[in-house]
Amino acid sequence: MSASFLLLTILTLAALGFVIGRGRALRSVQGDRRRLHSLPNYYGFNVSMLAFVPAVLVLVLWVVIQPLMVNGAVSAMIPAGSYDDAGGLNLIMSDVGRVANGLDAAIAQGALEHAALKTLSTSNTDIRALLGTVGVALGSDVSEDVLSAALKFREKTLTGNWIMTVVVLVIAGAGFLAAFFKTHADLRARNLVERGVQMVLIGAASIAILTTLGIVLSLIFNTVSFFGMFPMGDFLFGLTWSPEGRGGSEHLGILPLLWGTIYISIVALAVAVPVGLFAAVYLSEYAGAKTRAVAKPLLEVLAGIPTIVYGLFALTIVGPMLVDVFGAEGLNWMQGARSVMTAGLVMGIMLIPFVSSLSDDIINAVPQAMRDGSYGLGATQSETVRQVVLPAALPGIVGAILLAASRAIGETMIVVMGAGAAARLSMNPFEAMTTVTAKIVSQLTGDADFASPEALVAFALGMTLFILTLGLNVLALLIVRKYREQYE
Amino acid sequence: MTDMTANGVPEATPHAKSSLLTQDAHTKQRNAAEKRFRIYGITAIAIGLVFLVLLISSILFKGVGAFQQTKLTLQVELLEAKLDKSGTRDIEKIKKVTTFGYNPLIDTAIKRALEEGGIENPFSKGKDLRKLLSSGAAAQIREFVVANPDRIGDTVEFKLLASSRVDGYLKGRVSRESLARDKNLTPVHLDMVDQMRETGVVNKGFNLSFITGADASESRPEQAGIGVSMLGSFYMMLVVLTAALPIGVAASIYLEEFAKQNWFTDLIEVNISNLAAVPSIVFGILGLAVFIQFAHLPQSAPLVGGLVLTLMTLPTIIISTRASLKAVPPSIREAALGVGASKMQTVFHHVLPLAMPGILTGTIIGLAQALGETAPLLLIGMVGYIASNPPEGLIDGFLSPNSAMPAQIYEWAKRADPAYYERAWGGIIILLLFLMTMNIIAILLRRRFERRW
Repeated sequence: MSASFLLLTILTLAALGFVIGRGRALRSVQGDRRRLHSLPNYYGFNVSMLAFVPAVLVLVLWVVIQPLMVNGAVSAMIPAGSYDDAGGLNLIMSDVGRVANGLDAAIAQGALEHAALKTLSTSNTDIRALLGTVGVALGSDVSEDVLSAALKFREKTLTGNWIMTVVVLVIAGAGFLAAFFKTHADLRARNLVERGVQMVLIGAASIAILTTLGIVLSLIFNTVSFFGMFPMGDFLFGLTWSPEGRGGSEHLGILPLLWGTIYISIVALAVAVPVGLFAAVYLSEYAGAKTRAVAKPLLEVLAGIPTIVYGLFALTIVGPMLVDVFGAEGLNWMQGARSVMTAGLVMGIMLIPFVSSLSDDIINAVPQAMRDGSYGLGATQSETVRQVVLPAALPGIVGAILLAASRAIGETMIVVMGAGAAARLSMNPFEAMTTVTAKIVSQLTGDADFASPEALVAFALGMTLFILTLGLNVLALLIVRKYREQYE
Repeated sequence: MTDMTANGVPEATPHAKSSLLTQDAHTKQRNAAEKRFRIYGITAIAIGLVFLVLLISSILFKGVGAFQQTKLTLQVELLEAKLDKSGTRDIEKIKKVTTFGYNPLIDTAIKRALEEGGIENPFSKGKDLRKLLSSGAAAQIREFVVANPDRIGDTVEFKLLASSRVDGYLKGRVSRESLARDKNLTPVHLDMVDQMRETGVVNKGFNLSFITGADASESRPEQAGIGVSMLGSFYMMLVVLTAALPIGVAASIYLEEFAKQNWFTDLIEVNISNLAAVPSIVFGILGLAVFIQFAHLPQSAPLVGGLVLTLMTLPTIIISTRASLKAVPPSIREAALGVGASKMQTVFHHVLPLAMPGILTGTIIGLAQALGETAPLLLIGMVGYIASNPPEGLIDGFLSPNSAMPAQIYEWAKRADPAYYERAWGGIIILLLFLMTMNIIAILLRRRFERRW
């Protein structure tokens, strides 16, 4: 029985369980529902739950684990001399899987007798042609090893499926029967069902942990295998980045990328922080309710625009505009449209609402009494803002700026489209540079072999990025938390 | 006795003698500083708004062109001698005629249109004439013939796509000067186009196929459309909605209503706030490593994209759901508990329905965020793939490779062709329309159902 059909069977059993369980509960009190501990539906749900949940859990686990075990057992049959590395074995194994599926299809369509499987060999049948007739196209002829592995694969999968069907059905049936016989007026069915629901809720909440775990594990495993091929010191302290080096001389130093990332972020913050901060001060201290109601949402529109739009804006509008001024016909500082300045400026625009709305909240949280005290001493409004409100809000504002910096470091589309692809250690902001995120994209979307250092380096870069942004976020939280209480 | 008077009463400062109504230098300076400060604030807001206006006007200015397309209306005679030599109308034989076989028909049709309009034809070769048309024009005619073999022998009117250069000329993107070094079209062609516009052969019309059509190869920007990747985005959003909404709501209910203050709850909270700040590209790395490398899900599939975006939007949805659960006053819970409901019944029968508008608003905003996200999609292979066929059926829609709107826009921008830039801006207009609609729905929902307790 296939997994989806099995799932359907369990679902039917669960639905049946609901009706039967509910009926049995009602019968046990001769239809007088006042004598039941819980509402009748809960008895039904209890039976469905026990029939469904354990069986489905086992089913899911089985479906995940069985292919791994079968693959492990079968790949031992492939002679070690017929492949070079893990990649080669993978190719052979996917061939084996395809042949096995093809044989299944051939039997299902009647192109092959079931009994003929035992005597099937490459010497008496053209397997490739046979499978071709049932719509399974193979890239090459089938070798004897692959065929026998495929037969074994098929056999093991079939037995596995049979055992799975039996086990899952037995568990579903056992759950069903156990719940059914326990169903009685005094059974605390509601409590049982509610405990089950609570488990589901906890499971949903744990997905956040699983996601983080998934991120960390996938980064760590691939980073470790990268450092197995490439020395860690060269990665961390290398001054050149040229993955396409000839004669095996690869340079995968992260420093030029980090420099590009930081430089672009500095330019972005240099745009976003003054503009965002002044906008926030004006909106919270000076602007009337009407201006605020119009200007604030309009500024926040900038935050809702997807980054791909900013990327295209950098590439086709801001870049050429900068070239007109700083390019060969102007000041001659700029070679092409893509540069640190292009990406930084546009990223700064993107971050304006981020800085302004965070600072706005923080400035609004400063107690009015402090302003009134300052006015009472004769300070003007701007003096109050500069000498009282901003110092009071400073920790929060620093936190906001750090969050903005972490955004800038992790931003991808704007730098991919606006900053260029050349890794450089240079001070000229009008030169093209590249960033950690841009290189993650280019290393993983290129045609490099997935197990090569050129592709795996992306995970090490991702790890760096993850640690960097995480550190900034934690720092921002700490600063905000440490200084916040003073004014509350 | 204070220290101040110990040394005698201080001399009154000179400016104290002046009237309160005239400002002294120091006051003037302070007032000027005040004024400057205010101007800085206004300037900052103005800068932000100017950028917004610049952004939106350039989107509209550059993108509107994509919604119009130039076409040539030609009378094409479907010669039997070329298309069906045997005369048997055997569909298999007709299919054997490749698009090359249709080129002479097009040449004749253009020549005929030129003669009828009294336009001089400076080109002797058909190849040069055909440069006016998209290289997909022959395929367009062939498709018609294969679908209607009985029309062979007739003269049929076709509206054939003009080449992207001609299209660009009509939209002001291509000029005679810019063609000087262009091998694909000469200024002589443009003279012909001018005359053909007067005779009504060349027309610019609404470009429906941009909205409904599929992506085209790099050399045929005039054929590219965003329709198929729109479907890809749609299937991804379905995945996000069906996965993120229930999981997000369940997680929020647990954290807000049931969780005890212990290390496990703290761990979950810390993780959620961290995930909200993790760069989106890292989710792409996760998707690549877990869904594609480990679980062997198909690359470029909307299912995988949807799962990655689900993980990415989950924190947004959880944060907004918790806020709206928190906004339901405790009196509601106490009343339900007071009449004998269990904790679970209280939450599911009373608190959750009251929090629903807020939850939906948060979900729509999360979906809008996911719809515009590009970076993680690049890593799971939704770029570089030409989304040429719309998916057949639901399962195909989830599992077969497709693109998504923002990924398609990036793909076009990467092709570095002004005609494709125009498509990219046009795609952005469509994407922003979707985002705007979603946000407006969210705002309306909030206005309509928001309750102040």
